[in-house]
Amino acid sequence: MAKLPKPEELAKVDFKPPKTGWMDTPANLKPGTFCWGAKAKNLQVVDFPNARDWNPTEDDWKLPKEWEGTVLEAMADRLSKYRSFKLFLDICVRCGACADKCHFFIGTGDPKNMPVLRTELLRSVYKKYFTNSGKVLGKLGGARELTYDVLKEWWYYFYQCTECRRCSVFCPYGIDTAEITLMAREFMNLLGLNTDWISGPVSNCYTKGNHLGLEPHTITSSVEFFLDDIETITGIKVEPTFNRKGAEILFVTPSGDLFADPGTYTAMGYLMLFHELGLDYTWSTYASEGGNFGFFTSNEMAKRLHYKIYAEAKRLGVKYIIGGECGHMWRLIHQYLDTWHGPADFLEVPRSPVTGTVFENACSTKMVHVTEFTADLIKNGKLTLDPSRNDHLKLTYHDSCNTARGMGLLEEPRYVIRNVCNHFYEMPENTIREKTFCCGSGTGLNASENMELRMQGGLPRANAVKHVHEKYGVNMLANICAIDRATLKASMDYWVPAVGVTGVHELVGNAMVMTGEKERTQDLRLEPLPGEEGNE
Amino acid sequence: MHIAVPFFTVIFLVLIAYAGIEAAHLHVLFGIVIPYAAFTVFVLGFILRVRNWGRSPVPFRIPTTCGQQKSLPWIKASTVENPSSTFGVIVRMALEILFFRSLFRNLKTEMHEDRVVYGSAKWLWLAGLAFHWSFLIIVIRHFRFFLGDIPFVLEMVEGLDAFLQIGAPLLYTTDIIILGAVTYLFLRRVAIPQLKYISLAADYFPLFLIFGIALSGVLMRYFFKVHVVGVKTLTMGWLSLSPVIPENVGVIFYIHLFLISVLLAYFPFSKLMHVGGVFLSPTRNLINNNRMKRHVNPWDYPVHVHTYEEYEEEFRDKMKSVGLPVEKE
Repeated sequence: MAKLPKPEELAKVDFKPPKTGWMDTPANLKPGTFCWGAKAKNLQVVDFPNARDWNPTEDDWKLPKEWEGTVLEAMADRLSKYRSFKLFLDICVRCGACADKCHFFIGTGDPKNMPVLRTELLRSVYKKYFTNSGKVLGKLGGARELTYDVLKEWWYYFYQCTECRRCSVFCPYGIDTAEITLMAREFMNLLGLNTDWISGPVSNCYTKGNHLGLEPHTITSSVEFFLDDIETITGIKVEPTFNRKGAEILFVTPSGDLFADPGTYTAMGYLMLFHELGLDYTWSTYASEGGNFGFFTSNEMAKRLHYKIYAEAKRLGVKYIIGGECGHMWRLIHQYLDTWHGPADFLEVPRSPVTGTVFENACSTKMVHVTEFTADLIKNGKLTLDPSRNDHLKLTYHDSCNTARGMGLLEEPRYVIRNVCNHFYEMPENTIREKTFCCGSGTGLNASENMELRMQGGLPRANAVKHVHEKYGVNMLANICAIDRATLKASMDYWVPAVGVTGVHELVGNAMVMTGEKERTQDLRLEPLPGEEGNE
Repeated sequence: MHIAVPFFTVIFLVLIAYAGIEAAHLHVLFGIVIPYAAFTVFVLGFILRVRNWGRSPVPFRIPTTCGQQKSLPWIKASTVENPSSTFGVIVRMALEILFFRSLFRNLKTEMHEDRVVYGSAKWLWLAGLAFHWSFLIIVIRHFRFFLGDIPFVLEMVEGLDAFLQIGAPLLYTTDIIILGAVTYLFLRRVAIPQLKYISLAADYFPLFLIFGIALSGVLMRYFFKVHVVGVKTLTMGWLSLSPVIPENVGVIFYIHLFLISVLLAYFPFSKLMHVGGVFLSPTRNLINNNRMKRHVNPWDYPVHVHTYEEYEEEFRDKMKSVGLPVEKE
């Protein structure tokens, strides 16, 4: 594996464009800045084309015969299916407003990471084969042929976009590079140019219900561990159910939170909250994943993976669904799920059994975000909270790209945080809410072999954290995304080592005073609470 | 290359018009045939292009949300930046189209040592707004050539535009603004290394062409002072579909007219179609009511899925071993 440069070296970003024009500058696959190729077996499981083991560092990518035709045919097909794709290829004026809005451009200085030029990599091919001006003017008209080098360039740079949509906030026409990257990845998927880090979870999720490939008995035993810890901390025995028919609510969350800290503490927070409320709910080992790495390969695969959520809700006969803290899961639930698998007319409009609040905003999908649910509980005074238990934390909050720019879920998590913590500081306004920065590792780029790129892409977010760390002594970064919890931890360790990462419901679990709990001396990480440090 | 070719193309176009009138006396071609043809190409091309976009559906509702969603009643929703109603979308689109809302957000991001720094960057917004609005006002002013009686509104626009009350004929501020704005938009393209790197001939050509149009218009109004009555005879003639070539209209008018014709004919095939495209942009013109109202994908098709039955089949023993309920014993 490539050696990761030191932070002070990586922070020296060279913004000078190369001397050669971008069409004459082939992609240089630098170790540490790309992911390994997909394994044949993972593609076979989901019937993806051209399944074979391949290595991006080798010259021969073992492409299928007539691959150019496959790509151009697919391009024609998607142009006829997606207005966004066609329109965004046609109307860009290259004003450059998007250029310095991309975290990968800021972190690498590579002009091909400017959203406008990233799209131009594909637009140039579109012009050559689908527009008269491109056919006639060729290179002068910004058009070029689809060659092996161009394909490799696509692969390299469309796996340096996390579909975070920050560029689309600033574009005067709302051009969304995510729409372009989604298509480019679909084309590459047809040639078998998937990455191992994405196709592994896709294959797992398809057969086992979750990205990590946790089998049903493993899921229950993971949760058993959390229950033991909860009992140690609170003295309360929490008894969740799995795959239970007749429950009122199905709870779906990303599997990452069942597996690795700090996500596991967030999962403990959910368990404690739902227990305290006496919620009639169930987990599912089948619908055991809210996230969807299929979305990073093709729309069809994403649809295939998200099927299980409604299917399981129907089988179990629940009334509605609560979804846990996750970024792209919520983009898909909010903007895609109902279109893919609705109408969910077998479910009821979500109504909190605790407060009686009807979630009219989810009256069609019947899925409520857990921070919406919890914010409503707190507003109605249904939780006894002792925020001083989080007094050892000086907190800032990272908006996930997807919940911010694909939903507008901005205030709900903040409201929860303000009620469970006493020390909360916002990062600079140009780096939060709709202008939030990606963690640097979204859309399945969070492989360890890709670490240098991840740290480069994570630089703007980390830099904003560093700012509040130095100014206010912030030592904890809260978020509502399982990928954030995994990737920001690495990014913080690298760029701002004194700052930890937490989910919002971990903070809730700490602050919530449970009925019949013993006097708490430890937080969910089994570390001493403020004022209890000497009692170890 | 990307700058030189479009620059000399515009020079060449000027020379064609000059030679066509002065040497070849092709007044009918440049005064009647080409303008008609260009206008036809523009109208048909514009319609076909928009229709072509319209033929591709919007399979998913994908607004880019730039503010708080509508959720719980006590949380203040951002009704324009994250519209949950048709009215919100109309206001959002109006702000976008009339005032370039998104461009107004523009920031300049730079690395100072190891710090990422965000600075204000409103010049592009200002120049873009100045350019488009002055262009629009100039087009409106030109309605004078196509109307028998000049309506009050038009006179008011002209009066406001000439508010400086300088010179004879009175100086229009938009003439100065458009030349300044186009110059700025050109200079930033060559001065900012990243922008120069991405700029194509298709970015410079319209700038040179529009500069040529504005400049020839200015020369015609303030310096060469073409025979305005003659020009109006021609323009009214176009409308009546029986145009006649007037006497004594200077060659500068034909250069102006030819460059406009080129712009019109070029328009539907170029990035200038952003004028029509912005109205159709799915990240801006859709309501963020995704969880309230189902959006239908017209080309949706069934996909292969892994059903619960298949899942249980594979894991039944393991499920039973930890006491998970199963459908089939």
